[in-house]
Amino acid sequence: MKFAKTTLAALAAAVTLGVSVQAQAGTTLDAVKAKGFVQCGISDGLPGFSYADSKGQYIGLDVDVCRAVAAALFGDATKVKYTPLTAKERFTALQSGEVDVLSRNTTWTSSRDAAMGLNFAGVNYYDGQGFLVNKKLGVTSAKELDGAAVCIQAGTTTELNLADYFRAGNMKYTPITYDKSDESAKALEAGRCDVLTSDQSQLYAQRIKLAKPDDYVVLPEVISKEPLGPAVRQGDADWFNIVKWSLFAMVNAEEMGVTSANVEDLAKNSTNPDVRRLLGAEGEFGKDLKLPQDWAVQIVKQVGNYGETFDRNVGAGSDLKIARGLNDLWNKGGLQYAPPVR
Amino acid sequence: MQPNANSPRVTGSLLTDPKFRAWIFQILAVIAVIAAGWYLFNNTQHNLNSRGISSGFGFLQQSAGFGILQSLVDYTESDSYARVFVIGLLNTLLVSVLGIVFATLLGFLLGVARLSHNWLISKLATLYIEIFRNIPPLLQIFFWYFAVLRNVPGPRQSLDVGETVFLNIRGLYLPSPTPTEGFWAALAAFIVAAVISIYIGIKAKQRREATGRRFPVLLTTLGLLFGLPTIVGLLFGNPFVWEMPELKGFNFQGGFVVIPELVALTLALSIYTAAFIAEIVRAGIMSVSHGQTEAADSLGLRRGVTLRLVIIPQALRVIIPPLTSQYLNLAKNSSLAAAIGYPDLVSLFAGTVLNQTGQAIETISITMSVYLAISLAISLLMNSYNKRMALVER
Repeated sequence: MKFAKTTLAALAAAVTLGVSVQAQAGTTLDAVKAKGFVQCGISDGLPGFSYADSKGQYIGLDVDVCRAVAAALFGDATKVKYTPLTAKERFTALQSGEVDVLSRNTTWTSSRDAAMGLNFAGVNYYDGQGFLVNKKLGVTSAKELDGAAVCIQAGTTTELNLADYFRAGNMKYTPITYDKSDESAKALEAGRCDVLTSDQSQLYAQRIKLAKPDDYVVLPEVISKEPLGPAVRQGDADWFNIVKWSLFAMVNAEEMGVTSANVEDLAKNSTNPDVRRLLGAEGEFGKDLKLPQDWAVQIVKQVGNYGETFDRNVGAGSDLKIARGLNDLWNKGGLQYAPPVR
Repeated sequence: MQPNANSPRVTGSLLTDPKFRAWIFQILAVIAVIAAGWYLFNNTQHNLNSRGISSGFGFLQQSAGFGILQSLVDYTESDSYARVFVIGLLNTLLVSVLGIVFATLLGFLLGVARLSHNWLISKLATLYIEIFRNIPPLLQIFFWYFAVLRNVPGPRQSLDVGETVFLNIRGLYLPSPTPTEGFWAALAAFIVAAVISIYIGIKAKQRREATGRRFPVLLTTLGLLFGLPTIVGLLFGNPFVWEMPELKGFNFQGGFVVIPELVALTLALSIYTAAFIAEIVRAGIMSVSHGQTEAADSLGLRRGVTLRLVIIPQALRVIIPPLTSQYLNLAKNSSLAAAIGYPDLVSLFAGTVLNQTGQAIETISITMSVYLAISLAISLLMNSYNKRMALVER
């Protein structure tokens, strides 16, 4: 009976322990600090947003969000480990704690906010869904696509928008869904489908990966709003703030004219109170965010301001040559607008 | 003092009673299992709540909103996730059933071929078995889908047979039949023929047992089953109106389409599993000793009768149990469909629906239960068949 008693006691202890551990599960911020790097969920290869360059380094606009978080937190933008995820895998990976932040051209929607337990930390790219077709088809508008076979990536908002668009236009289509965007692109090339639909930025990125990019054209219609941004798990306010403000710092830096070239100089010599607060020369805004005082300096120095990363990855300085458009600053006719640091 | 089972020891307490202790340990084990289960459930619930993730099965009633490539029952985008589940399940069952039928036919053929006395036939069968048994099924699916079916011409350069059947990269387009009055008349004739055939069969058996005279049952019933509906069909005119596939705009419209994803998956699964079935059939046939054939010969049985009444029943006893495992494997391997975008249960429900709703625990547990149910159903069917075929010991 003694044995039985101890077993029972051990069992009871295990159960109570288990419950108490679950009640005070460590925050993401503590866990990230303890392991010394940010685990970042990115896409499985999308030029301009997240893909491996010739040296095997991940680069792109989405990758830069994670690098900014690492720069703010550790003062070192390289302290990031990447997990490439398909569209189907991404939410489960974030929900289960496999990644700390999901920065994978993911559309911010109400159900993802409310039912999936995600928090979107902002919008790092304002996008919209478009269509990529072979020029040979002679199609000039999405309204001529009745009866077409359409390639889509499974488990995306694109799938839903496509159905809505064709239903609204009283048109028919055949959906051909694949898990990976590369598979969809190959299917378009092989002729399994007539049209590839996705966010416009992705279409431009996929197009340059095709064997003959010039044979394909992106149709003018944009059929949806796709605000893409990084997401974190709910119930972790500190971590959410850090990711959110890392992104805002990049946008604010661009607005104030702070660049990777002049940031160190401005941090010491600027007289503009906005710049001084952002760069930690005034106030203790970093400490409030549970970050080092020079968090924004490190972000801009190592990753650049929003305009710099945009140009480098998807804009004029890249192969994609996407115009700033909606992604320009609010005072230049775009939508990028960050709350002030104060 | 001698320990005696019949007289309980007076000095020992209840704790030293082996029977009582056995009970205690069993009760404790049950409590431990329940506690662990409760803990897992509670922990999951707690974590889902603290992260703001919806739970429960209410999502099944929401409308899905996305299109599906192939559905055996009617489907529109406004149908519910529950409907999507049904469509995924039917697509999985379709590919499993097709796979099982083709794998069995091909497997039996190959198994017999490998035992053939013809050197070429037996070596070819061996070669087939050794190649396809040893390549992972996923690679075979990729081979059929990407290497073979991707190289079929586009819709405007379709290969065709007499302008009625078209083959292109989008699939195989066949004319689809719509039944007319003639069809229903022919169907009625077929049912009548079937009833008469059963009656003839029973009468013929009675006569054979009473007088020993045989009646050509097979030929008569075949003649009835095919002849009667044909005559009635001819009287009423064409039983079907054929809807021809036609190139309209981007694709062929109308008719019936077999999508390349289904073809690739069925081909790969049947060819892969057939290699295993062939070996099982060979083992089964070899397990029947040659003495059985000789005994049947000495009784004067004809070759066909020997095969049907002596060899096959005994071989089946050895074949059926491992054959069941192969059927189960095929049904489970059909979930590799997700790799080529065939809308089966895993790709559609555990993939797209999971992603659109974010309810991983619910969708995955439903999907797992379905595979469990399919596998158990196959097992049950095969086990009952096995029981019928098993040796009845007297």
